[in-house]
Amino acid sequence: MSLSGGLAGNGRPALLAHRIWAEEVNARGGLLGRPVELVYYDDQSTGAQVPGIYTKLLDVDKVDLVVSGYATAIIAPAMPVVMQRNMTFVSLFGTGVNSDFKYDRYFSINPAGSDVKETFARGFLDIAMAMDPKPRSIALVNLDSDFHQRTAESARYLAKQHGLRVVYDRAYPPSTVDFTPILRSVQAARPDIVFVGSYPPDTAGMLRAASELRVNFQLFGGPMIGPHITAQKLQLGPILNNLVVWDVYAPEPTLQFPGTQALIERYQPLAAKEGADALGHYVPPLAYTQMQVLEQAVRRVGSLDQAALAADMHANQFDTVIGPLRFDAMGEWTEERNLYTQYQGVQGNGIEQFRKPGTQVILYPPRYKSGELRKPYTAGA
Amino acid sequence: MDPGLALLLNGVVSGLLLGGLYAAAAAGLSVSFGMLDVVNIAHPAFMVLGALLVALLWSATGLDPLLLSLLLAPAFWALGAAIYVAYHHFFERRGDEAIQGLAFFFGVMFLIEVGLVLAVGPEQHFADAAYAGTTWRLGEIDLPLRMLVPAAVALAAIGALALFLRRTFTGRAIAAVAQDREALRLLAIDPVRIKRLAFGISIAMAALAGGALVVVQPVDAWSGHVFIGRVFAIVIMGGLASLGGCVLAALAFGVVENVTATFYGPSWSPAVAFGCLLLVLAIRPQGLFGRAA
Repeated sequence: MSLSGGLAGNGRPALLAHRIWAEEVNARGGLLGRPVELVYYDDQSTGAQVPGIYTKLLDVDKVDLVVSGYATAIIAPAMPVVMQRNMTFVSLFGTGVNSDFKYDRYFSINPAGSDVKETFARGFLDIAMAMDPKPRSIALVNLDSDFHQRTAESARYLAKQHGLRVVYDRAYPPSTVDFTPILRSVQAARPDIVFVGSYPPDTAGMLRAASELRVNFQLFGGPMIGPHITAQKLQLGPILNNLVVWDVYAPEPTLQFPGTQALIERYQPLAAKEGADALGHYVPPLAYTQMQVLEQAVRRVGSLDQAALAADMHANQFDTVIGPLRFDAMGEWTEERNLYTQYQGVQGNGIEQFRKPGTQVILYPPRYKSGELRKPYTAGA
Repeated sequence: MDPGLALLLNGVVSGLLLGGLYAAAAAGLSVSFGMLDVVNIAHPAFMVLGALLVALLWSATGLDPLLLSLLLAPAFWALGAAIYVAYHHFFERRGDEAIQGLAFFFGVMFLIEVGLVLAVGPEQHFADAAYAGTTWRLGEIDLPLRMLVPAAVALAAIGALALFLRRTFTGRAIAAVAQDREALRLLAIDPVRIKRLAFGISIAMAALAGGALVVVQPVDAWSGHVFIGRVFAIVIMGGLASLGGCVLAALAFGVVENVTATFYGPSWSPAVAFGCLLLVLAIRPQGLFGRAA
């Protein structure tokens, strides 16, 4: 797990969720009559460390089951080692990892589904096309990274399907410091809606620049990873109002499943003690789900037979803290669940408002919808 | 105003403001690398150390981040002086400063980054200056104070440092030490003491740059990585030992990056900026303000 380096901000909350799961399982008597012990090493957010770590876990520590660390960059380097030993592998926040490996014992805990191009930006575009008047043009801005290239490709493809004119379509490098020129060029292109793919430091820069330039877009957002982290929510405050953000969980009444609230309530005091993300709305529910999938498969199969575990995962449904799940042949979710949420009524920089329903309403998918779209996005002005 | 002209002017102005931040980040390196021949690759990590300390102090006191960075500067000076003592004792004195000294500063960089993660966690930290949400408008030109104030404070600090180097005996000794340390001994000046003082100043400048950085953007332990290439390029482009050249190169870097991002897309910004560095070095190998050997 990434406990240091750039991915540690999400790696540490993920490990905390894993520890909560292990404590709960052990309190119930363990798995197959044995207590669960977590064996983990810090991959330092470096993919190059990962093959060695999995080799040690499997050959030296002789672990019975393996799961992935956080994110595509860490999952992909583990695949050859895991495949060589025929282990069933449940991953966390990997996008399209198995599209090349096609490993039949791979299972992904990521709501993006197997057809990212067809589905990832669908929610954003559906929300946009339901606006009155309908938008006619779109601007696309994305970080030059694997994940955001895929998400931008989805937005580009679906925009074409909807007949939207793409008036700006550029990627920016990870070394970008000032986002003002990018947003100014977007403004000059006069799009009706803007789809942005960014990671936390860039998201903060982008939204600050949006505020300084007094932007006014009918719809603004996308996979802008950043407000998912509590510290950034608090820093940005009202700048978030009316921002439409891809997410995996929001504390809305429509997205409560057995165990969700209990997990959050268990996580938050531990996070406060250990200095991890305070709210834990982003990674912990999915990290806990990752372990629930493994647990339920082991209990059903009644052994550690890796082939039987994989067969069970392909065949059965899993009831988790993020709802019922099924996996397709590629190990992705049979039903994608990309949430598009909107921040509404954020006042000041207090944390309590983000714990309550109504601050981050769900706009898409319709089955979890908890609020109506507010427009335009004016960066808190 | 013609929209294209407004875009160009805003690109230039925002580039100058960004260049102010780059100047803050590079000025200290101009002293250590340019004047002292100490290849301090950890300089951006010191800047991030300053930024994170400012963020912590800001959350505890609510004082202005730039003021806090000024208050931190003496402690950073002492830290820099102590590090130079170790560097001199183990490497420079034995003539091992070239490769082993570089490895030493790599080690210092990793120690700072890992230490910061252990101390304050891997998350991003921020400090909101009271003026950070304000933008001045001059016609169609935007001047966000989030960028303007750090740039102005950084340029004022660099100006004060330039005056110190030019007008005081100690300052002139610092400028002279890299050129001929034996000549300094003839004037009864200890070159090691002068280099210790100057290296402390370079780290104190990193604290100021940290204050500027945390006003501009949230910072985590690894935020310095994106600055390593830029600050070395700026110092080399400016002519190594020239603070004026360093500022000019930083401003040019900022303008080239932002104008390129505005008209040709942000992907081209680093390529064009570093292309300009190569062009300058092809025409003037000693940099913009460097003296030919």
